[in-house]
Amino acid sequence: MEKISESVVRKDHAAKISGEAIYTGDYQNPDILFGKLVRSSKARAKVLKVSVPELPEGYCYVNRDDVPGDNNVNIVKDDTPVYANEIVEYIGEPIGMLCGPDQKVVEDLWKRTEIEYEELEPVLDLRLATEALFNYEYEKGDWKAAFAEADKVYEEEFETGYQDQTYLETQAMMAEMLEDGKVSVSGSMQCPYYVKGAVMRAMGLGPDKVRIAQEVTGGGFGGKEAFPSILGCQVAVAAKKAGKPVRCVFERREDLEFTSKRHPSLNTYRVAVKDGKVTAMDIDVKFNAGAYTTLSAVVLQRGLICADGVYNVTNLHVRGRALKTNTTPCGAYRGFGAPQTFFSVEMMMNHIAADLGVDPLEFKEAHLVKQGDGTSTSGKYHYPVPLPDMIAEIDAACDFRKKYAQYQKEQTGRFRRGIGISMHFHGAGFTGSAERDSIKAVAKLHKLPDGSVIALGSNSEIGQGLRTTFSKIVANELNIPLDKVNYNYPDTDKVPDSGPTVASRSLMTVGELFRRAAIHLRSEWKEGEEQWVEEHYVQPDYMIPFSLNDFKGDAYPTYAWGVSAIEVEVDTDTGLAKVLGAYGNFDVGTPIDQNIVIGQMEGGFLQGLGYSSTEYMTYDNKGRIRNNSFADYIIPTSMDVPNLQIQLHVEKFPYGPYGAKGAGELPLVGVPAAYAQAVEQALQNGQKVNHVPFTAEDTMKAL
Amino acid sequence: MGNITFTLNHKEVEYTGKATDRLLDVLRDTYHLTGVKCGCKEGECGACSVLMDGELVNSCMVAMGRCEGSSIVTIEGFKGTKRFEVIDHAYAQVSAVQCGYCIPGMVLATEALLSKVPHPTDADIREGLSGNLCRCTGYNAIVRAIKIAAKEGEGLW
Repeated sequence: MEKISESVVRKDHAAKISGEAIYTGDYQNPDILFGKLVRSSKARAKVLKVSVPELPEGYCYVNRDDVPGDNNVNIVKDDTPVYANEIVEYIGEPIGMLCGPDQKVVEDLWKRTEIEYEELEPVLDLRLATEALFNYEYEKGDWKAAFAEADKVYEEEFETGYQDQTYLETQAMMAEMLEDGKVSVSGSMQCPYYVKGAVMRAMGLGPDKVRIAQEVTGGGFGGKEAFPSILGCQVAVAAKKAGKPVRCVFERREDLEFTSKRHPSLNTYRVAVKDGKVTAMDIDVKFNAGAYTTLSAVVLQRGLICADGVYNVTNLHVRGRALKTNTTPCGAYRGFGAPQTFFSVEMMMNHIAADLGVDPLEFKEAHLVKQGDGTSTSGKYHYPVPLPDMIAEIDAACDFRKKYAQYQKEQTGRFRRGIGISMHFHGAGFTGSAERDSIKAVAKLHKLPDGSVIALGSNSEIGQGLRTTFSKIVANELNIPLDKVNYNYPDTDKVPDSGPTVASRSLMTVGELFRRAAIHLRSEWKEGEEQWVEEHYVQPDYMIPFSLNDFKGDAYPTYAWGVSAIEVEVDTDTGLAKVLGAYGNFDVGTPIDQNIVIGQMEGGFLQGLGYSSTEYMTYDNKGRIRNNSFADYIIPTSMDVPNLQIQLHVEKFPYGPYGAKGAGELPLVGVPAAYAQAVEQALQNGQKVNHVPFTAEDTMKAL
Repeated sequence: MGNITFTLNHKEVEYTGKATDRLLDVLRDTYHLTGVKCGCKEGECGACSVLMDGELVNSCMVAMGRCEGSSIVTIEGFKGTKRFEVIDHAYAQVSAVQCGYCIPGMVLATEALLSKVPHPTDADIREGLSGNLCRCTGYNAIVRAIKIAAKEGEGLW
């Protein structure tokens, strides 16, 4: 193991394990008002009248009329209102906020607030939705000719459900007006500068009048990428009207129902096969965007770029739409569009192999991309593709090939076994040229006279270990003890914009900036003096420029790779599928701390298993999400997957710090297909598993 | 109705509010013990776990009336102990703390488990943690930590 990979005690360990870490809801300042959102109970309606009870002194009601700037939350596009406009677009849309010093009084006022609506017909069914918020299409090769010449054309539809991030700390933000007309907003978030841009616009304030600070954050997983911008604007507006600090911490049910989650999808694959080989794919992807655009454009882009999986498909046509429905807006969740299409393409390949009478893994291996091949977007796999070795390593860990062959034989009795395997990548960092063109990350080091160094950037510690890994990189380059280097929770008054904490980019991209900054500082080091150094992002020059207009070029600078295998035992009496073993082999380049990377892989893998099996969430015919508690939305417990084994395969990326690549999202992406294949094999009846989550009820139906 | 007298982190206290108040809210709002986290308020997630007469309970599901005469220990009351030191050290070695929100509850679940089963098997550990949800770690690191704690804390439990 390299020295940089050796594990250290995390910088945030002591405060968190002792209960001393102060999360947003933990501040005890009695001046902070309690804020509670008044929400729409209709999926689509004109709001005729909001009747708020008479308010005691010190209490207030805030709505769109109180927004001093633009009633728009700046995300990618500007359609999400801070507080609802005349027409509400989904159940739960915030119409206003009640604020006051006593929570019980606010809750009583909230219960007595009445809203009159004129109901409008909502769009709820993804299959019937027609309004495409985003519509992309791209192609390469002559896919039409390949279909015309095919021996056989396969077509199948795949469906994936919602997944909620279910961070243990719910969404929580607070705001306070400072004396000079400046607003301070802090809370649980991934992207302080996203929140800053949004609050500036909603409050009509310049950059020097808005300060955003991240508090200790109890998990994000994408759920705190864009959503805190919305809640941040809402509390900022409320704090201005109330003239006091306002805090809003969501109830769990509120969080499950009304915050962004993974897009449900409906994916139709048509595949041309000639002489036993895939010659073309024609793919149609539909994502349920919900009522507003939020991050759907970028989530969809990634999903489409991953649509042909890890296979060398030279003739390709991909079309994708993010369709509007009158439901909770979907957004970022670990994997960001990729889990939906990787599930679909992997199952499609399995099903074609089954029809051709060949072994699915061998069929897939015959199509794997390798270094130098073209990507889906006519870019290039510039670096080695380690999948063949990684498959061999997984096989060694779980005896995949032998077990697969064994479970193919007829099984009788109540308990039947199956094993599945899937391959995937995760494009490391932002899609396309966003890093160069719009993010333009800046990182700084501040050396104090005593020789200690503070690393300054806007990336947030959300549990993934950034305070530790950034500090390790800087300490390593400066050859000073780790306790001399610190990276704190970002405050936009103090740190440069090193970009958002998303897309598995922080360590790879910003970590490399810190490494270069540290080298720079080392070369200029002056004992006893205060010093500053700054580094700016530069795009590697080998990249083929990416154009979003035609989806051409390198969508990502490099790829992290994953192979997942899962073995299950299905109880044919109850439909329950017990996970006997879960095996992940992940290449995230050099781990900048073995424990932290293994922790990311294990946690992400288990989230993937929840997504595959028990995390069922849907809405009823009124558009209301019913699975709104931990009793109805079932995430894995410690009992569910006792045998989860992770290994790391290291293929270094020369432009990441010490060879590190993007890591956080990777482990989730491949799990659904491996799980579904395992269950499908255990079913033993030729029934295709083409949707996730595949619950015990689904298993019973299939049996 | 009289006041509710109980022991909180080894000190006797008298609560003057209602018997129907929720222990979780009282610990956080009245006694400012914010190491006790609120994750769901429905007894499902375990983030608000405390020890009540040595038993692990979800403080969101306990009414103050039930606390009369009992001993409540939160992370704040546990962190000065030798046992905490061992658990802390074990969790640190394997980086079992990520976002940290479930962790005070996990630490108390660890204490409750080791008090009953000082030499737990993997299965015992997973059962002992089954009332405490963690979304970050996949639980493996926490299981590893508890095995280390059981070994390094030999004789303490």
